[in-house]
Amino acid sequence: MSETHPTRTPAFEARLRKRYAAEKRFKAFGLGAIVFSIAVLLFLLVTMTWNGIGGFSRTEVAVPVDFGKAALTLDPALATDAAKIQALQAQGLPAVIDDAAKAALSEDGAMQLGAESWREAARALVDNPALLRAKTILWLPTSDDLANAYAHAGQADLQPLAERLAAQGKLANRLDLGFLARSDATDPQWAGIWGALKGSMLTMLVTLVLAFPIGVLAALYLEEYAPRNRWTDLIEVSINNLAAVPSIIFGLLGLALFLGVFPSLRSAPLIGGMTLALMTMPVIVISGRNAIKSVPPSVRDGALAIGASRVQVVFHHVLPLALPGILTGTIIGMARALGETAPLLMIGMRAFVATPPGGFTDPATVLPVQIFLWSDEIDRGFVERTSAAIIVLLVFLLIMNGLAIALRNRFEKRW
Amino acid sequence: MASATLLLLAMGLALAGWLAARARAWGFKRAAPGGRIAALPGYHGWYVALWIAVPVLAFVVAWNVIAPQLVVQSVLASPAANQLPPFGMKRAMMLGEARAVAIGTAQGVFTPAAAGLVEPFREAIGRYRLIGILVTLALALLSGGWAFLRLKPDFTARTRVERAVMTGLLAASLAAILTTLGILSSLVFETVRFFGMINPLDFLFGTHWAPDPMSDMADPSRYGSIPLFWGTIYIGAIIAMLVAIPLGLMSAIYLTQYASPRWRKWLKPALEILAGVPTVVYGYFAALTVAPAIRDAAAAVGIANASSESALAAGLVMGVMIIPFVSSMADDNIAAVPQAMRDGSLAMGATANETIRKVLVPAALPGIVAGVMLAISRAIGETMIVVMAAGATANLTLNPLKTMTTVTYQIVAMLTGEGSFDHPATLSAFALGFVLFLITLGLNIVALRVVKRFREAYE
Repeated sequence: MSETHPTRTPAFEARLRKRYAAEKRFKAFGLGAIVFSIAVLLFLLVTMTWNGIGGFSRTEVAVPVDFGKAALTLDPALATDAAKIQALQAQGLPAVIDDAAKAALSEDGAMQLGAESWREAARALVDNPALLRAKTILWLPTSDDLANAYAHAGQADLQPLAERLAAQGKLANRLDLGFLARSDATDPQWAGIWGALKGSMLTMLVTLVLAFPIGVLAALYLEEYAPRNRWTDLIEVSINNLAAVPSIIFGLLGLALFLGVFPSLRSAPLIGGMTLALMTMPVIVISGRNAIKSVPPSVRDGALAIGASRVQVVFHHVLPLALPGILTGTIIGMARALGETAPLLMIGMRAFVATPPGGFTDPATVLPVQIFLWSDEIDRGFVERTSAAIIVLLVFLLIMNGLAIALRNRFEKRW
Repeated sequence: MASATLLLLAMGLALAGWLAARARAWGFKRAAPGGRIAALPGYHGWYVALWIAVPVLAFVVAWNVIAPQLVVQSVLASPAANQLPPFGMKRAMMLGEARAVAIGTAQGVFTPAAAGLVEPFREAIGRYRLIGILVTLALALLSGGWAFLRLKPDFTARTRVERAVMTGLLAASLAAILTTLGILSSLVFETVRFFGMINPLDFLFGTHWAPDPMSDMADPSRYGSIPLFWGTIYIGAIIAMLVAIPLGLMSAIYLTQYASPRWRKWLKPALEILAGVPTVVYGYFAALTVAPAIRDAAAAVGIANASSESALAAGLVMGVMIIPFVSSMADDNIAAVPQAMRDGSLAMGATANETIRKVLVPAALPGIVAGVMLAISRAIGETMIVVMAAGATANLTLNPLKTMTTVTYQIVAMLTGEGSFDHPATLSAFALGFVLFLITLGLNIVALRVVKRFREAYE
């Protein structure tokens, strides 16, 4: 060996083995880093899903009710569901439900029927007036205490009752799609995320309407027309810096400036959207500029050569070609804004809002802030609801990011 | 929804102007010798439409600010307003109720005395809505009519429309400067007010932070921000970076140098998902899962009274959040190192990891350092994770298992509390925000400088 390879001394061989071992260690460390990151991601998602599944259901009791005996009537002429429910309440529906619960679950069980449970019954009647003359079994939400006892989380004194009812098949966790249709409540059994979701949508709409046109126009100006001078540099520096300013600073701006001018719009999606628009605009400008930059100069030269004006070149040729890239960047920026919490806390969107906002100037909250508010509650029910709300938020983000990727793959041209 | 009506009206008028002007221009074109006029008919249309839309939109925006005040004034002038209490919460509440009934968002008033105000409100709102519509129409007719009369066969409509478009583009790009100015002015204004009450030296160099929003005294000894900045740096720049730098750098190295393209195609987006998870979710994860696990682990190795809200939990989770950021920065910079340097090193017999450690990383170092600085600036500005997992007590300590608080946490705490807007505790949030803004700004500027210098070395 040493004759053909005079340099391969034993010392060399040992060194080489060491170097190869180091190589292997290094590579394993690199793989480990990636595996760790992805494992954390998976762990996070699995934990949230595991906790959150329970948030889409709630503890309900079965109450057989004979509406025929109660002789309730429902005037179909009443315009809104709310008015119908009110009419049912006036005819004594709560008492009917309470009596039925006492008969079916005995006194102590009926005590744990939520005080507002008759509303579920009323809604069932409004949806299906034929029930008014029928005998039916309604599943109604229990009090939060009984729900906790059923889950063996505290409330030791109620656990015998929970076990008895569960053994009779009258108490169970049932899928609660109303979670997606109700708003915030103090009782986790009644909490829902529709209010926060609607607030998020209104806020995002304001953000999009403000940030998208301004961002695209600014990107076009900087990339296509701006002369190289100190002003342009100043604009570029401020855009790059805005993209890196902590989001909470934008909240301070919204608080001092927007709420200073419109003090009556505290917690309104309009102000939230304006604040997030300032934050999203630089993201759109930066991604827009990259998309515009990737349109080859030959397209511009060709259009100019056949007599288009500079504005026509940009709006007839460059912008349509860059649009998929701009939209991708916009969706990613909007996804970031959708997940943003801190600036909205600053402008008061953390209020307890029990009705979905009716417009851009109504008090509202948004999905991430709702998650934050619920995360402060120690009740077991809210822990599940928080994770369920997180699942909904992540699903929305996934859809948006998926859309961005699909858009990029479908429309982006390689020149 | 009065403003929606006005907006629709404005758009309808602009559309009508566009159609009319285009039709007129077509008339010119047909009459012109050789069918040539100075601009395409569409540009004549846009010229008139802009002359209608811009003044009308400006009016609608202004009207939306002024009209509600005019309505309230005319209601106050009505005889029913004499029963209102002269000032205070009750007065505002009664006005609000009456207004809600008048516009139909509420069924009835809670305060019986407000019932008399409903009718004046309805009347005033109706009157001002009518005035708004009339002024909109008049404005559109005047300005649109003037523009319409200017149209001629040799009218250079395109140049004028394009000039307007360029103005719009310039205005849009000035929005960034305005935002920066808005941030600076709002922060500086409130900070100056704060420093009027608390000596800046006490604020910057004091070591005790315990503002009391309830006390009437501005006690400078309670506004020492050193523990906050220590907590911020300890969590964001030390613990988080101890996680993010090695893991981010190594994932970037593995992805660019070792992984096959097929794996890279899957691993890179998976890593990017980590960056897309909202911070409130990380915060909840830190508070619900990581912090209790750390407390239990500390208890298991015999460290008593470990807090359930620890700097370590917040820092670790923040580090995980920053991994993709560091990784993509390092990825870009390593990929930018000229291939010849890598080939040269490998040709000399260096192993892959020796090439990476001794050639690629040193060559990419300025870019990586800049990336790390940007990552730090992002970590110290991060709010939700620390709000949910780091705790409220300011502790000047090295123990990562202790509760620590950060600048962002205190900004949230001071501004979501009960304090009034001119109390030093509330204003201190703006001073903290201002310092935070300056720090992140400084980090970004330095990072950009470093990147710029690095790029010049190889091009």
